[in-house]
Amino acid sequence: MMKLEAIIQPSRFESVKDALREVGIEGMTVTEVRGHGRQKGHTEVYRGREYTVDLLPKLKLEMVLPDKLVNTVVDTILKTAKTGKIGDGKIFLSRVEEAIRIRNEERGESAL
Amino acid sequence: MKRTVWKCCLLFAMVHAVPLHAQQPSAAPSSQRTPYATQAPNLTNEKLAQLDQRVTAAQSSADNAWMLVSAALVLMMTGPGLALFYGGLVRRKNTLAIMMQSFMLMAVITVMWALVGYSLCFGGNGPVIGGFEHAFLRGVGTEPNADYAGTIPQMTFMVYQLMFAIITPALITGATAERMKFSGTVLFMILWFLVVYAPLAHMVWGKGGLLNASLGGRFPTLDFAGGTVVHISSGVSAFVCALYLGKRTGFPKQPMPPHSLVLSFIGACLLWVGWFGFNAGSALASSPLATSAFVATHFAAAAAALSWSVAEWIKNGRASALGAISGAVAGLVAITPAAGFVAPMPALIIGLVAGACCYWMVTRVKAIFGYDDALDAFGVHGAGGTIGALLTGVFATQVINPIFGAGKAVGGSDGHWGQVGNQLVGVLIAWGFALVGTLVLLKVVDLITGLRVTEDQEIEGLDITQHGEEAYNLES
Repeated sequence: MMKLEAIIQPSRFESVKDALREVGIEGMTVTEVRGHGRQKGHTEVYRGREYTVDLLPKLKLEMVLPDKLVNTVVDTILKTAKTGKIGDGKIFLSRVEEAIRIRNEERGESAL
Repeated sequence: MKRTVWKCCLLFAMVHAVPLHAQQPSAAPSSQRTPYATQAPNLTNEKLAQLDQRVTAAQSSADNAWMLVSAALVLMMTGPGLALFYGGLVRRKNTLAIMMQSFMLMAVITVMWALVGYSLCFGGNGPVIGGFEHAFLRGVGTEPNADYAGTIPQMTFMVYQLMFAIITPALITGATAERMKFSGTVLFMILWFLVVYAPLAHMVWGKGGLLNASLGGRFPTLDFAGGTVVHISSGVSAFVCALYLGKRTGFPKQPMPPHSLVLSFIGACLLWVGWFGFNAGSALASSPLATSAFVATHFAAAAAALSWSVAEWIKNGRASALGAISGAVAGLVAITPAAGFVAPMPALIIGLVAGACCYWMVTRVKAIFGYDDALDAFGVHGAGGTIGALLTGVFATQVINPIFGAGKAVGGSDGHWGQVGNQLVGVLIAWGFALVGTLVLLKVVDLITGLRVTEDQEIEGLDITQHGEEAYNLES
């Protein structure tokens, strides 16, 4: 099992979500986050006072996937989340030891 | 000549119409009508007297209707106008606190006004402060007070003036925002109303007041709707408060952008509309002068919104929404003393000047001196009020308002440049009074309740620490 975390542009979310549903992804957790990588922020001016806003709004998708689906999902996200500009976000993958369904204590990939 | 003929016709028509009105019990039944030629002259006199009474009553009704609407409009400027304008400019953790200060003033000043406030402002005829003859609103009934407004019930005049007394201290909260205790704010505002507002209002508008232009003042200062009484007094006091309280924790390093310009936008638009009651209502009648003040008010606001936006565009390459609404408010402030004295074109000029100057005040001057006038009460009301008061002396004209008598020059544009000097005296007295009064009161209140919240409370926000609630409960 792999955990996938993807930070994406909020404007790409609907396309990513639809594409993931098409490849058979049934569950995900989405959080509104703020952050930045190499992308610079922007400047706002209120009555002459300048504020640099460097933490920009992004969406974080989290899902734990059976190994066989990982490549498909990564490809799908790469294809649909890309705008080609700085600030498109990143995908992180990490191995997951165990998954347990709270309702019936089912374990392993079948709990996903 | 034409006018006289027309008046005669009207009079004739009305005299004839009298018996047809059902509400006139003394009118003769139409069957008993006799030709005028054979009627006793005293019957004609009686009818003329009735007519006179009715004309007076009709004027009173019209004036009273406009003045009651105006009073409501001016109250709307404080709540929700100013409350929203300021509420949007603070950080979200202080939203309710700043709105509550405006709202609490609506309650506290109203009670104070009924007890002694009205009397201190408009009772008596001393040069500096009124008396106690109208304390507890004694003698304030439905009969007009001929000294101030001869066609409306004194009660209407009283409640209209009350609305000015409410918004004036509320303007100061823009400078003390995000760091002043609620208890200290309420106590300070009560004392400030008695010690600074009441004397200034009496000096400028009260009978016999030192600066009164129409009721025997030593230095006749033109202040149609409160440039000195409302805006200089609150703006300068705001400046003193900002200096005395010190900067907000983290200012100016930590960013403190407005939390909702949408609220501020709605607030500013309500202020603009409410200002018609403030300025046009200050004609104290539904008169051509009210129209004149209405037009001047609107023109100045528009011109100032433009000049602030253009200044910003030149400086930053963009015109912001906050800039446009701040400019409009600056223009409204500056036209306040001038509204009933100037023609539309000078009103445009006053607006243009005020928008650009206030922009410069809140961006450059504040940055140079580093005081934390959180929401720019001084930069907009103090500066705008001063500019407006002085320009009133320049542009006031007897064509609009022959306040010194028919045909007598009023302002510089009429050739009476001495009026600019009178305006300066008024401005200096208002500045001095506000500076000293506010400083003394801050000391006193500091000793009694304290002024600033603790640093921890400031960081947590005034909504929770002062009022035990939050503006935005995201969990509910």
